[in-house]
Amino acid sequence: MELLAFGDTGWGDELFRATLMTLAVSITAMLIGFSFAAIFTPLKLSKFKFLNLIANIYTTVIRGVPELLVIYLFFFGGSGAIMFVASMFGYKDYIEINAFVTGSFAIGIISGAYSTEVFRGAIQSIDKGQFEAAKVLGFSKFKQFYKIVFPQMLRLAIPNLSNVWQITLKDTSLISVTGLVEIMRQSYIAAGSTRDPLFFYSFAAVLYLLLTFISMKLINKLEVKYGRGY
Amino acid sequence: MDFELMINSFPKLLNAAVVTLKLLSVSLIVGLFIGLLFAILRLNKNIFINKFAYGYSYVFRGTPLLVQIFIIYFGLGQIESLRSSFLWVILKEPYWCAIIAFALNTGAYTSEILRSAFQTIKPGIIEAGKSLGISNKIIFYKVQIPIAIRQSLPAYGNEIILMLKGTSLASTVTLMDLTGVAKYIISTTFKPIEVFIVAGGIYLFMTFIIHNLIKFLEKKYSY
Repeated sequence: MELLAFGDTGWGDELFRATLMTLAVSITAMLIGFSFAAIFTPLKLSKFKFLNLIANIYTTVIRGVPELLVIYLFFFGGSGAIMFVASMFGYKDYIEINAFVTGSFAIGIISGAYSTEVFRGAIQSIDKGQFEAAKVLGFSKFKQFYKIVFPQMLRLAIPNLSNVWQITLKDTSLISVTGLVEIMRQSYIAAGSTRDPLFFYSFAAVLYLLLTFISMKLINKLEVKYGRGY
Repeated sequence: MDFELMINSFPKLLNAAVVTLKLLSVSLIVGLFIGLLFAILRLNKNIFINKFAYGYSYVFRGTPLLVQIFIIYFGLGQIESLRSSFLWVILKEPYWCAIIAFALNTGAYTSEILRSAFQTIKPGIIEAGKSLGISNKIIFYKVQIPIAIRQSLPAYGNEIILMLKGTSLASTVTLMDLTGVAKYIISTTFKPIEVFIVAGGIYLFMTFIIHNLIKFLEKKYSY
């Protein structure tokens, strides 16, 4: 138990901070994913075949390629891409982007592909009559989305979004390969310096279980809130 | 775009894809048996057996696959009695450690898929069997299992694809699978985009084949 003490003698405070880091990366990635979904869901539902194609390429490629490979692409290619853009504006120095940004972007793009599919499914399962009724009542496109489509979409999407959240949370463990100190990386460091990998990796597993357990409880509450009236 | 690198790395990556497929197929076969076993345990009326099977699937589905591999590969070697037993022959090899982790992981998901398939079988079908005087055992093997397998095909297809992506984690325990080789080429040439396109293309091709295979099976066994 002294291995988990807070302060200099144990790994308790380090692991606690690492847990917060995992949470921070997961939430950032989820939000980045939502913004990707906000772009690609309309493309998926668009009438134009070309826009459909773009969105389909995005979701198919990201969901068909291992997360680790996407992370390597961002880890090795990220600063190169930023430097290329910067060089167009005349900035020639070396730019290093930090592991948090690369990591949450990589996981965010993956999470976005799953979220896009969830939102598309949710919007498609809204009754057609709802759209027609909104049109008949003279709602503007914006108001129709904001007042009618969005609340119903949320209700239908939340159960599946909780799956996306679980996937995202677990995917963040892969960012440890880029050196960002989250649960997995911290356990790796602790296991290396105490030569007790069994304990620390098992403890990491417990931390992940706790995170998934608590977040499921919270999401269930949300589900009840948005499902009221049904 | 460095097309020469893409062409040169293609055969290397293709060789590595064979390792990926081996890992995938062995762990799927083992995982299917684990999954079937735990799905049956889940349907058991004894609360302890039931809870045990539930706990297994909860733990393996609630933690990242990376943690599971690390516990098995780095952690188990710490137990002295394990190291002196015959099991050590298997557990010192990263290949088998990866397969054990993958099999246990996919077993947990498979048990959930099969359990829900068993539960959606209409009671009338089982009752029909009983009224025809067929024994419970034969009803289970000849009626319930075939229907459950057919029911779970679409979900199991997704699980195969998730597992294909999961095998990429074998590269973290020194195995040179498709992702491992891709990472090696990226870190020696610093051409991430080219390698990503080739390696990602091979992965997509494999998912495409799996997807269509499952679709074919679904059609064949539809009723």
